Amino acid sequence: MLEKYIRERLKTKDILLMTHIVVGYPSLDASMEIVEQMVEAGVDLMELQIPFSEPMADGPVILKANQKSLEAGITVKQCLEFAHKAASRFDIPFLFMTYYNIFYKYGVQSFIEDIAKIGIKGAIIPDLPPEEGADYAELMKNNDLCPIYIFSPTTTDARMKYLSSWGQGFIYCMARKGVTGKETQFSDDLNEYIGRCRTNTDLPIAVGFGVKDKADMDYLRGKADIAVIGSQTIRIVDEKGVAAVGDFIRGL
Amino acid sequence: MSQDKECNDRGYYGEFGGSFIPEILVATFDELKRHFREIKDDPAFWQTYSDLMSNYSCRPTPLTFAENLTRHFGGAKIYIKREDLNHTGAHKLNNVMGQGLLVKRMGKTRVIAETGAGQHGVATATMAAKFGFECTIYMGEVDVKRQRPNVFWMEQMGATVVSVTDGTRILKDAINEAFRDWVTNMDNTHYVLGTACGPHPFPEMVSFFQSIIGKEARQQILKLEGKLPTRVFACVGGGSNAMGLFQGFPDKSVECVGVEAAGHGLHTGQHASRLCSPDATVGVAQGYKTYFLQNDDGQMRETHSIAAGLDYIGVSPILSKMHQKGEARFESATDQEVIDAVKLTMRQEGIIPALESAHAFAGAFREAAELSSDDIIIINQSGRGDKDIFTVADAFGDPKWRDFIKEKALDYK
Repeated sequence: MLEKYIRERLKTKDILLMTHIVVGYPSLDASMEIVEQMVEAGVDLMELQIPFSEPMADGPVILKANQKSLEAGITVKQCLEFAHKAASRFDIPFLFMTYYNIFYKYGVQSFIEDIAKIGIKGAIIPDLPPEEGADYAELMKNNDLCPIYIFSPTTTDARMKYLSSWGQGFIYCMARKGVTGKETQFSDDLNEYIGRCRTNTDLPIAVGFGVKDKADMDYLRGKADIAVIGSQTIRIVDEKGVAAVGDFIRGL
Repeated sequence: MSQDKECNDRGYYGEFGGSFIPEILVATFDELKRHFREIKDDPAFWQTYSDLMSNYSCRPTPLTFAENLTRHFGGAKIYIKREDLNHTGAHKLNNVMGQGLLVKRMGKTRVIAETGAGQHGVATATMAAKFGFECTIYMGEVDVKRQRPNVFWMEQMGATVVSVTDGTRILKDAINEAFRDWVTNMDNTHYVLGTACGPHPFPEMVSFFQSIIGKEARQQILKLEGKLPTRVFACVGGGSNAMGLFQGFPDKSVECVGVEAAGHGLHTGQHASRLCSPDATVGVAQGYKTYFLQNDDGQMRETHSIAAGLDYIGVSPILSKMHQKGEARFESATDQEVIDAVKLTMRQEGIIPALESAHAFAGAFREAAELSSDDIIIINQSGRGDKDIFTVADAFGDPKWRDFIKEKALDYK
């Protein structure tokens, strides 16, 4: 179980790190190399994003990575093969992050059964609130996969409790409004919000959106269980190449 | 068709619709649904709205008897509902002014919108100027190029026009970008979605404001002819003008016909037909479930239409339901048929339909002759075509226009 894994790891680390890649960006081979570097540098969990043509919740960096990957011809089948390979080679939990249409078009049940077979541990679907995805959540649980739900700063306490009742593994807390990859103010407001997230769920909490360097990680230590770095590693790959990823992660 | 009864709390029309929104927008949509419900249930609101539309815009718009076209085809009597005479030249203002009143009620100060043809952008910029809202319009780079005159007017009215360079750089990409703005700025910003698509309550809300078209057309035809039409025709992009007209004719005796963009032809793959083409399947994107032009992986395909306003991957979930249940019939018209329909309408009636609306004309022209003189058809002219002068002049290949543009360009050197 994902939650058990997280709790075990937290006995030896004060905060865990979850990173994110867009499968197929800048290429499938490069994606595998990035995964390898991240795992070797000590990443605890990873999100593998299956590219979608309409990534509504993503900011410019991840949006561009989605597009480039699709332009290069990536398919859902290739993403599944990639994830299978990654999950077989590396001993950390991998989650899929994507939009609901990818599940829907494949067939929700088939997709969930197939990703369970290849060793994926859960999924994050930003455009599938529990109201629209009761069958999804049920199927995920039946296949020992964690449906990860998202808290946002505009989520009320009552709704946090409601979302938490659907979630498994951990809760993903958006550090601020907006899309991925923009600047976040790590302030008292954020502190208060993280406290509110903590109060409203018994699951471990991951904090993401705008987390980009050691200072941000240090801020989150003692507050969150997992820090999530998404866009920043894509920027590192764009600016310094695939080989720079490992050092970046170690520097956190 | 009574959509009130068939739309459940979560905004489903049969299996279509819903609200597939990111968590960050849940509170914003709850607020929007609450305010919309209040105005919809308040008879005084509709009075305020229709008063505004009659003194700020030109409502009721005329229902024009197209005597020459009727004679030309020798079949059904042809009437044209003149949304082109609405202020800003299209039906878009109906929805926008309604949402503008809602924005005032919610106390927000900024509006954003997507636009394809630019008509919805111009309407939103107009409403923002009148109500004193800050305004940003998202428009695909391809559409900015083909609809420059509308961009000019939006900017002159004080709106910021953002050219969207992501994805296929057309309407759907402008919608994504507007959502990205909204998830950041929802505290003071309302997203004035322009068509009967998107997450609940947008399909219902946009249809509600656009129902003014059908309400008027029904009264007008009954007054003029003392009976209902046999068929009513509307073009279908997102579906807001079609929903507007169709709601006025829920009667079994009236056949509602929606005409989609067949672009270069349905068999070419270069079209924007969701309900007439096997290229479209049910999916979930941009916050709602409907027929989308997508591939087997669920990635959206490129679409094509000569009319920017119809060049879209999805279609109103309410129309998808009507299609599935046989409550409306859907046809398509190619770019060439549309150009021919514009030419004919101009020559016969001295009326210039927008390229979008001309799809409805092309669809109606195909069927007019087979009907008898006892039959009546109504075509919704959702917008005026003079905005399309660059596209139409190109399609007509008018040499004098080309010379004019060349000379004009020299003036700017």
